[in-house]
Amino acid sequence: MSQFVRFTIDGTECMASRGQYLVDAARENGVFIPTLCNYPGVKPKGSCRICTVKVNGKLMTACTTPVAEGMNIENESADINELRKSIIELLFVEGNHFCPACEKSGNCELQALAYRFRMMVPRFPFQFPNRAVDASHPRIIKDHNRCILCKRCIRVITDESGRSIFAYRKRSASVEVVVDPKLGKQLTEDLAQKAMDVCPVGSILVKEKGFHVPIGERKYDKVPIGSDIENMQSTKI
Amino acid sequence: MSKPIVATTSLAGCFGCHMSVLDIDEKILELIELVEFNKSPIDDIKKFTKKCDIGLIEGGCCNSENVHVLKEFREHCRILVAVGECAIMGGLPAMRNGIPIEECFNEAYLNGPTVVGNDAGIIPNDPELPMILDRVYPCHEIVKIDYFLPGCPPRADLIWEALVALVTGDEMKLPYEVVKFD
Ligand code: SF4
Ligand code: SF4
Ligand code: FES
Repeated sequence: MSQFVRFTIDGTECMASRGQYLVDAARENGVFIPTLCNYPGVKPKGSCRICTVKVNGKLMTACTTPVAEGMNIENESADINELRKSIIELLFVEGNHFCPACEKSGNCELQALAYRFRMMVPRFPFQFPNRAVDASHPRIIKDHNRCILCKRCIRVITDESGRSIFAYRKRSASVEVVVDPKLGKQLTEDLAQKAMDVCPVGSILVKEKGFHVPIGERKYDKVPIGSDIENMQSTKI
Repeated sequence: MSKPIVATTSLAGCFGCHMSVLDIDEKILELIELVEFNKSPIDDIKKFTKKCDIGLIEGGCCNSENVHVLKEFREHCRILVAVGECAIMGGLPAMRNGIPIEECFNEAYLNGPTVVGNDAGIIPNDPELPMILDRVYPCHEIVKIDYFLPGCPPRADLIWEALVALVTGDEMKLPYEVVKFD
């Protein structure tokens, strides 16, 4: 069996290593599939559904689906992008996202996707949930207003014995992601910074610094999220 | 043909969006050529004197007066544009949403660190004062809004581009760099 598979994305012939997840296979072919809960190096969870594509006409999450020979993938269609946009809108109304006061603004993946999908206003009513800002940890601020429960911090930030420093608390609609009270001390300066970088939104902020990069020079000020992948010469195998 | 007529107002806003309108610099001369202003803090016309084509709304609704003005704008303007984050989602004032109104009043008038000289412990209650709403409402939850221009404030170029497009009937080209939420 060949190590490579051929497939199409929006009609364009592509090629990738067998078994790669669709988001990675697409990236190697210069195609951006938006992601939020996915993070390189940890097992995909498939929870946010923003990476939804149509594979041979069926909706699937591209971060959890391995590429296979002959797949026809629909990615940049009006339907799919509308679906993705509605997920972004739901995330905006579900929490409290007041971007002008957010330290992550300009570098935030949720906001950048809203820009990419041209969200001017969410079509759903704002929920204005009453959520706390937890500043009890000496190194970080955990702002529950902005957490999208993607679990990236839980999966990526671990101590030396591989235990997650972040954890879920409560259930259902009141679920929160918090610093595990027993392991909080293990959140070193480096890990705190890493947690902030891993968080796609502004829910984990390192204390006593911020707003480093001036407006106009932040990651998504001038170019849409994903344009680095799209402008890349596809790495032909 | 007569010029299109524009009205503007600031509800629960900080006038930052109006400042951003002025931030179009010398293009303001072009704007004066292009449109006529009616009710607006820019020309200090306090009451609508005719039907308008475009109404620019800054700020959301935090009290009964805001709701009244917004409804009046809907009645008098053919097109309503929510300008800025406060008009779109309540903005900074909406940070009180989720906190009971009594707690807000107590903090503002009785217990807050900046409260001085209110020994009688009075919370303003003159019937002349507009009623504070239970929370701050985005404009589109009160009346129909036709267009939304995000930003805090929206970039001057965004307001300019949108206004020109609405006035001339051309397509709204909103370049990536000018559509921002902050
Ligand atoms: S986390 Fe992102 S979307 Fe939410 S307020 Fe901050 S910048 Fe805006
Ligand atoms: S804190 Fe950030 S990384 Fe962790 S679950 Fe919430 S949004 Fe995801
Ligand atoms: S990125 Fe695939 S489901 Fe979240």
